[in-house]
Amino acid sequence: MNSNGLIALLMTGTNVKTNNIQSMIRLLIPLCAVLLALAIGAVMLLSLGANPVSGYATMFGAAFGSLEGFSETTIKSIPLLLVGVGICIAFRANVINIGGEGQMVIGALLSTTVALAFPDIPSLMLIPMVLLAGAMGGAAWGAIAGALKAWFNVSEILSTIMLNIVAVQFMNFLLRGPMMDPAEVARGTGIPQTMRLSPNADLPILIEGMRMHLGVVIALLVAIGAYFLLWRTSMGFRLRAVGYNPDASRYAGISVPKNVTAALAFSGAMAGIAGAILVFGSESHRMVTDGSSTGFTGSAGFNGIVVALLAGLHPLWSIPSALLFGGMLVGANALQRSAQVPSALIIALNGLIVVFVVSSEYFRQRMQPTIRVDLEEKTAEETGGQNG
Amino acid sequence: MADSFAALIIVSTIASGIRLATPFLLASLGEALGQRSGVLNLGVDGVMLLGAFGAYYTVLQTNNPYYGLLIGITIGLILGVFYGFITLNLQAEQGVSGIGIYLFGLGMSDLLFQKFVGTPRPILPFMPLHFPVLSDLPVVGEMLFQHSIIVYIAFALVPVMSFVLNRTTYGLNVRAVGENPEAADSLGVSVMKTRYSAIIIGNGLAGLAGAALAIELGIFQQNLTNAMGFIAIALVYFGAWTPRGVMLGSFIFGLVQAIVLQCKTFGVIPRSASDLAAMAPAIITILALIVVAKRFKQPAALTKPYVRGG
Repeated sequence: MNSNGLIALLMTGTNVKTNNIQSMIRLLIPLCAVLLALAIGAVMLLSLGANPVSGYATMFGAAFGSLEGFSETTIKSIPLLLVGVGICIAFRANVINIGGEGQMVIGALLSTTVALAFPDIPSLMLIPMVLLAGAMGGAAWGAIAGALKAWFNVSEILSTIMLNIVAVQFMNFLLRGPMMDPAEVARGTGIPQTMRLSPNADLPILIEGMRMHLGVVIALLVAIGAYFLLWRTSMGFRLRAVGYNPDASRYAGISVPKNVTAALAFSGAMAGIAGAILVFGSESHRMVTDGSSTGFTGSAGFNGIVVALLAGLHPLWSIPSALLFGGMLVGANALQRSAQVPSALIIALNGLIVVFVVSSEYFRQRMQPTIRVDLEEKTAEETGGQNG
Repeated sequence: MADSFAALIIVSTIASGIRLATPFLLASLGEALGQRSGVLNLGVDGVMLLGAFGAYYTVLQTNNPYYGLLIGITIGLILGVFYGFITLNLQAEQGVSGIGIYLFGLGMSDLLFQKFVGTPRPILPFMPLHFPVLSDLPVVGEMLFQHSIIVYIAFALVPVMSFVLNRTTYGLNVRAVGENPEAADSLGVSVMKTRYSAIIIGNGLAGLAGAALAIELGIFQQNLTNAMGFIAIALVYFGAWTPRGVMLGSFIFGLVQAIVLQCKTFGVIPRSASDLAAMAPAIITILALIVVAKRFKQPAALTKPYVRGG
């Protein structure tokens, strides 16, 4: 597995002491990638017969222009942030977790099962229980891929992709079979969804009259927690060490298989929480799918990768990054209503942003040495001055 | 009586297994070529979706499935150039950039479909070919000789690809840059050109696979492939990077799907149980990956960008 690009991303951690120009480039290059994608989006809007300026203005206004809009944006951002933070952890351990989709699904299924099994437990206990169930489901699903990589040398890229497919089919089976809403069965309509889950598990609304719910707070706490995990605990140090240099880690007595598995478990746990929040923060308060591979998640398991990459694999930078992409999703829906531009535009742009951000490593690596040389010369001059 | 009925069902199941295997086979042959040259392409599903839409739209306009195939390939080739540029020239991380291509294809195909078609309209599918004598043979005729042209193209590509990889200079170059690009380069083989060509052909085949799928189904919809492209990538590992192995894997996949479909139509198993059965291919693949990882070696330079003197 090539890790040039990832190592470069790894080095963008905050705790690496660097000079201002370099950190500016770190910020500027991903921003350029987004701007380039938005520019291409503008061309696409033009060719679809929409005015790009007013189009983007509509999007921005819908996402950030009002409290209601912002509330919607935060809701869309929750799964993106959680999956993205998980991706930060995995990628820093040099584990390419493509399995966010499946981990979300399994987390959601396990948390839904808990809510179905214990509907009468009071909210104060049931909500933590369903969230924990989500985390455990996702963690288990991630750990399978981790164990396969660690002990059987199976590429996690492939195993996570396969586990996504297994998870989606398993969900389809459960939601069309044992877990299907009895009312659907009686009516014979057969929409693949559960019954209205226990109101005790509903995530409380934060602001009266809006949809923004407790999930926002949970996602933020998880992001902050992940930051502490990565940079303030020995566990986090081991994860990063294994990602940075597995051989050196092995010599230092760090178990690479264990940490690879742990990275995927942590990563999966966060995706699992995202899945649970998608269920218990939804308006229908059911687990619903349409039978397709992205029917339940809305591609959040993939879009979370975009969030993490743009954030330079940093859990805290993932917060604004997730808000940006959540806002784009909300904006896209507004654009669909006002200018009849299908909201799928945003998925396409997300894809381009991934490609551009990953490709931009090339420029970052090209630009850094020259700057370093400049600075060395400068320090040489300064020290020379002192000597003279 | 019951026996002949069972035989009929078995024959039609195998026949539909062959049909269903075709898109997998085309896509995974392309992916195998790319991987043999040392480049992993995770964007197959996205390329397939764009190829599928392109073909669908073309057939909708022209009523000619062959134009559809051409457009499907062309879209694949163009995306191949793009993917080559980002992974070879810009040396982007292959696993992640492939996901970017997938998302782009997923969104773009849906966008174009909603904008230019809207409600799904069926298109003219391929007519099955009719071979004199052969097609009229009992059992074998229905199983092997009543398919559309794309099925034969796909299966004919297997020996062609084997020959090219194992018996031609080009194939030797592809394998060399996939195993040891430094050595290949020192012998005057252009790593860049060889990998570019493998990626472009591979993506062309992915586009063709999407086109074949859309035309065979006679329809397009959002996320038509439903992660088929990802399975095609796994099939390359399943088949241990050989065209024949890939063909075997694709056929097994097609057959499993056909059996599941058949059971569903006859109501042998309830709908929900067929969802459970649909998990089988992915689970088989995971098990196969464990075996393959132990027994076979992937191309040594897979996913490693080549930097001269680096």
